[in-house]
This record gives sequence, structure tokens and C-alpha cells, in this order.
Amino acid sequence: MSVNKVPSALAIGIARGGLEVKQFMRQRESVVFTLAFPIMLLAIFGSVFTNELSDGVTFSQYFVAGMIASGLVNTGFQQLAIMIPVERDFGTLKRLQGTPMPASSYFIGKSIVVFVTMVIQIALLLIAGVLFFGVNLPTDPAKWFTFTWLIILGSAASTALGIAFSVIPKSGRGASAVVSPVVIILQFFSGVFFVFTDLPGWMQQVAAIFPLKWMTQGMRSVFLPDSFAAQEVAGTWETGRTFWIILAWLIAGLVISIKTFKWEQAR
Amino acid sequence: MSSVINVRGLEKSYGANKAVAGIDLTIEPGEIFALLGPNGAGKTTTVEILEGFRDRDRGDVSVLGTDPGVKGEQARKWRNRIGIVLQSTNDAGDLSVYETVAHFAKYYSNPRGVDEVIDAVGLTDKSTALIRTLSGGQRRRLDVALGIIGSPELLFLDEPTTGFDPEARRAFWALIQDLRKSGATILLTTHYLDEAEALADRVAVINQGKIIEVATPALLGGRATSLATVSWKGPNGLQSERTDNPTALIRKLTETYKDEIPELTVKRASLEDIYLEMIGGADVSQ
Repeated sequence: MSVNKVPSALAIGIARGGLEVKQFMRQRESVVFTLAFPIMLLAIFGSVFTNELSDGVTFSQYFVAGMIASGLVNTGFQQLAIMIPVERDFGTLKRLQGTPMPASSYFIGKSIVVFVTMVIQIALLLIAGVLFFGVNLPTDPAKWFTFTWLIILGSAASTALGIAFSVIPKSGRGASAVVSPVVIILQFFSGVFFVFTDLPGWMQQVAAIFPLKWMTQGMRSVFLPDSFAAQEVAGTWETGRTFWIILAWLIAGLVISIKTFKWEQAR
Repeated sequence: MSSVINVRGLEKSYGANKAVAGIDLTIEPGEIFALLGPNGAGKTTTVEILEGFRDRDRGDVSVLGTDPGVKGEQARKWRNRIGIVLQSTNDAGDLSVYETVAHFAKYYSNPRGVDEVIDAVGLTDKSTALIRTLSGGQRRRLDVALGIIGSPELLFLDEPTTGFDPEARRAFWALIQDLRKSGATILLTTHYLDEAEALADRVAVINQGKIIEVATPALLGGRATSLATVSWKGPNGLQSERTDNPTALIRKLTETYKDEIPELTVKRASLEDIYLEMIGGADVSQ
């Protein structure tokens, strides 16, 4: 019989975020992989495609925008949709369900760990890009403003969609096989590995439904000169539309997560 | 003071299979209550309904005065007062014992001291060790630590010593007996008869979704009054006699043997014998 109140969902969520970051940092292999993989890809693609796309825009510059956007999808959506089924199999979630910790705290903890790993990943990618691959950083504060909201909104949407998708894999072991193809196909369709406007029209249209295309395009608006906007499908960066579409996905992800989240694998 | 757990007419089916077919159960404050039953008897389903993990089809259930089916803020307040030690969890190997217990303490309004709880479960030496380096028994102790960190009024222990060697089981039982001193009510499910006998104040035997009997371990199945077998070494070798009054027989024997009755034993049906009879030879070995 306590006089004290049960700690708030937010306080527990922040504590969970700290714990999850600590756990992530201790898994050395996955830290190295998560942080170094985008740099390796940049190195490979930057060496293969050395042509300039237009005046002063190298493929590396174009590709860095795509890598940051797909980093949003990898650290959020992909990681969570694979890790949550594993935690479900291990009984981690059932144990949490038996405590006063609400699902919202669990979600908050996940968003924190996703955000932190993503910021580190992007920082390392940009440092490597500038030092070794001739990537230019924007100087206009307005571009950094776009960059900031894209990362916050994109990581939130990616987290919510990862939690939402985590009900689909039937087991932790099979999760990667279910989730990874979705991500890889989206990356190809969304203009991460190739110049988006070079893709077939139907691919572009499919990609336009999903948020990765918009995150990638948003990042291009940050890292490419404004003159390049003329080469986009719409002839502009469509910044406003990008914001609304990612926000819509964030809301959809949240609603689905709240409605369908499972603590236990159905037997 | 009202009962900690009160169940009336509990029913639950999975498709055509009636897992729980009308259970009544009352558990009083401070009791260690054991639920015994073979696999598939409805034990797990019953406990999971009480823990709020599963819905029920019918019946009234009150746990600490609350329906375990509550949602939202009410559920959090209720969970703040209970502790659950599940069968097996296998996670968070990269955190230390201390970090894990200290983290779970943040979920509750009135947590016990982290060091005190680690000490209570006998893991003080392992406080800074990473969980993945713990043995099975030590992990189980950690599970208990996480179950009691919130100072629960009611603790659920689900088959706590499955997979333990005999020594570890004895040590674990001592831990549970210590917990009783804190005043918590404990609902224990187990496959092991000796475990129920060592720990429980009362035992309920459940089979085919129904409770067959509730009694103290000593009285279960008419054990105290069942025939005893007295055996001793007579002039023609080992002799034995079944009797409902072993004391009288021994009194008679002491007249024959002035000193010590050679190799005297008095054996009543073990809890296991009684139990096997009650559940009609169903699988108890797991």
C-alpha cells in the first residue's frame, strides 16, 4: 500500500532509453556494423560511380543524401522490426508486461535508442564523406533547419513503423528474412543507390507511396545545390509535401503500434 | 482483511478445449499457496489469468481487490503491487545484475533497496557481473530479484526451480522461505511434489481444468490417516505390517524387543503417491 505514485510513463521511458543505448553500445559487433556499414557503402559507390551528375554534383554527394535517408530506415524500421520479435521470443516483453511499465514507455525507450544511434551514424558518415569522398556540407542555415526536422521526424516515423511492423514476423529467428527484403527493395525503388529520375516510372510511383523516397528527396534538398531541384520529378524539392507525407506515416505507424502491439507471440 | 486472491467459477476455453472448467480459489494474506498439476491441467492458464496476461471466458476474479483484466492507469497501479517471476527469460545479457535490478526499481513507486534485494537473492558477489556470464541458477535468482524489487504484496512464482540441481533447489527454497518473512503472499506453481511440501502452507491439485482438492501438504488426499507401513527386522528377516494405528504396533514391538527395534521404519504414502493417485496417473514428469 503505497502513498507514492507510480512513476510517469515518460520518466520510465527515458530510463529505458538510457538502458537501451547502454545495451546497444555493449554489443560491439553490431555497433561497428551499424556505424561503419553506411561508410563502406559510400566508399564502394563513390569509387564505382565517379561521374558528375551535373555541374559540381558528384555521385558521392547524391549518394550521401540517400545513405542518410536509408540510415533513418535501417536504424529505426529495420532494427526494431527485427529486434522486437527477438525480444518477444526471449520473454523480455512478457516480463516487462508484468511490471507497471506501460507500452508507451517501451516505445519512448526505442525512439531514444534509435535517435541516438542514428545521430552518431550520420555524424560519422558526414565526417568520412567530407574527409575522404569530397562531400560538401551545406552552408545555408535554412538547409540545416530542413536537415534537423527531417532527422527528427524521419527517425520518429521510422521508429513507429518499425514497432508497427514488428507484429508481422512470426519469430525472432525469421524476422530478418521478412524485414530485410522490404528495406532493400525500398532502397532500390527510392533512389538511394541510383539516381531516382533514372528509374522506370512505375518504380518511381510505387516509391512515392512510401516514406523513404521522401526522406531521400528531402536529404537531397539539403546536400545538393538548389539548381539541382530542376532535375527532380516535380522540378522542385517539394519540401512541404515531404513534411506532410512523413508526418502521415508517423501517425499511421503510431496508431498501428498502439492498436496491434503484442507482448507475446501468439501460440 | 479480505483474501488476496478470490476466484469463483473461472472458465477458459481454447477452441473446443476447455482449459479451465470452473475453478474456485481463495488465497489468504501471507500464505504460500502451491498450485500442482500435470502439464495441460489448466495450471498455466489459471495463473496467467490471475497475472492479467490472459482473458477469461467466465467467472469472477479478484486479485488484491482488483480485476486482473483492468487496463491503462488502473492496471499500472495494480501491477505496482504484484511481482511476477516467469518461467524463463533469456535477455539483456549485456547488462550487469546491478544495472538490471536498479533499472527495474524505477518502474515502481516503493522499490526495495537495490543492494538489499541483490543480497536477499544471494547475488552480491555477482552484482557487477554481466547477465550472460551467470549460471542457470543465478539467472533464476535474478528473475526473483526482479520479481520482488517493487516490494510486492503478492508474488507469482512459476515453476521456479525447473532445471536446478538438488543443492541449488534447497538454496532456492531457503530464499523463498525468507521472502515469506517480508509478509508477501506467494502463489507458486510447480511440478515438484517435494517443493510444494517444503514451501507451501496449502496445496491445490488441479487436473483437467478443475481443482480436485485443496489442503495442507500433510493432509492432502487423506495422507495423514492413510495406512502406514511399519517394517522391522524380525527373527525370520524383514517383516512389515500395514496398519491404521502404527503407534500401537510399535508399542507392542517395544515389549518384544527390550532395547532397539532392529531396522524400524514407519512409512506413510508420500505426497507423490497420493498425488499420482489423485490425477489418475497422468504425466507428472514434465
